[in-house]
Amino acid sequence: MNWQNAIITRIETLSPRVKSFFFRRPEPFSFRPGQHVLLRLTAPDGYRAQRSYSIASAPGLGTAEELELAIERFDDGEVSPFMHDVAQVEDEIEIGGPIGGHFNWSPEDGGPVLFIGGGSGVAPFMSMLRHRAAIVSQVPVVLVFSARLREDLLFFDELSKLAASGDGFSLMVALTREAGAHPFRAGRIDTEFIAGIVGAMKMPVRQVMICGSHPFVETAAEGTIAAGIDPAIIKTERYGATDVQAEVRRLAGALKR
Amino acid sequence: MVTRGFAGKAGNFDQSMRLPPGQHVVADFPVLTAGPTPRIKTEDWSFTLKDGIRPVKSWNWTEFNALPQTRMTRDIHCVTTWSKFDTAWEGVLVDDILGDAGIEPPTGFTFAHSYDGYTTNVPTADLVVGKAMVALRYEGKPIPPDHGGPSRLLVPHLYFWKSAKWINGLQFTQKDELGFWELRGYHRYGDPWREQRYTND
Repeated sequence: MNWQNAIITRIETLSPRVKSFFFRRPEPFSFRPGQHVLLRLTAPDGYRAQRSYSIASAPGLGTAEELELAIERFDDGEVSPFMHDVAQVEDEIEIGGPIGGHFNWSPEDGGPVLFIGGGSGVAPFMSMLRHRAAIVSQVPVVLVFSARLREDLLFFDELSKLAASGDGFSLMVALTREAGAHPFRAGRIDTEFIAGIVGAMKMPVRQVMICGSHPFVETAAEGTIAAGIDPAIIKTERYGATDVQAEVRRLAGALKR
Repeated sequence: MVTRGFAGKAGNFDQSMRLPPGQHVVADFPVLTAGPTPRIKTEDWSFTLKDGIRPVKSWNWTEFNALPQTRMTRDIHCVTTWSKFDTAWEGVLVDDILGDAGIEPPTGFTFAHSYDGYTTNVPTADLVVGKAMVALRYEGKPIPPDHGGPSRLLVPHLYFWKSAKWINGLQFTQKDELGFWELRGYHRYGDPWREQRYTND
């Protein structure tokens, strides 16, 4: 693994639980949209913690661009609470990578493609969509973005602008817990919803990519297969567990806040 | 480089004798897979042992369950840095699979195959002499589909991507072929104690 000390240049709050961190890399590298990097934290006693995060920025034309990572805060985590609560602009953080040779997509891989992102699972799709826009590709892409509340729709303004450009990208939003009025689908995405999207595509879908928490990915993948999509064209990337106790703790933590 | 303001999380360092470098302990059981979860009915399930392209023996679910069952409680280590202690598995040792097929390992390299097309390479020496099994039960119950049920390989001393979910066969190969993740940037062997996570580690 190639490690380097990257410098935080900017921190942006995207939602109550997600912040984007921008890094300047002393040794720039190229990457494929969908790849991730490792963040490694080291304590004075030598203890290390490392986690991987999908890159949200586009590879860019050169390699000197800032790297953007959208990091969700998990209260019982080690790296994300540090990043949210302690890390500041100008801090040096060790970055390794890029890694991941599976959950990648570029316009030259062809389409139409269906992306399904849950919450901060939208990050790798941002890299893919930004790259697609940067090279002025018209490969058809649909992004289904599911979030809990309106405020959890990361990158919504940018995604809306991309969708309005009429270049073959469209955005479908589903909000699962939003009580306020909104123009999106209310509730979880299901087989019928996915079947409707796939049915409206002008050509057969070539690739489906699903990213999010494990339960989200499991539900979305099952819905996609039930909508008649060949499991062989579905790629997934997931985080978290099925463990019921962990889910209960997470929800209890969320209620406390 | 020491990270400004990072003290580490209490608890993890205490476990350092038992915890490979760069790992942290989890209580839950994260799920990481490259595709959708296959749903395999045990009545459709089969397991095939191959020497190169030649099938040596196949078992259906009933036959496989009739092989000697062994319990193994082990710590497991995922390359994404989580480790889980004392996971309890039950299944058929690779030794007992070979014994039932009546063969000695013909080569030093083995390729594991799964229902979803996943593959991984493991040296034969890491699968025999009680080191590995095809697990059928986890914590006394059938393995849930998202954790690899009905059957997953268990090679607990290597990073857990080597413990192929939804396994349906082992194949001896003439040379060390690279599997799914090994072709996509991950280490050929994957020893957690030597932190062999990525290709050039």
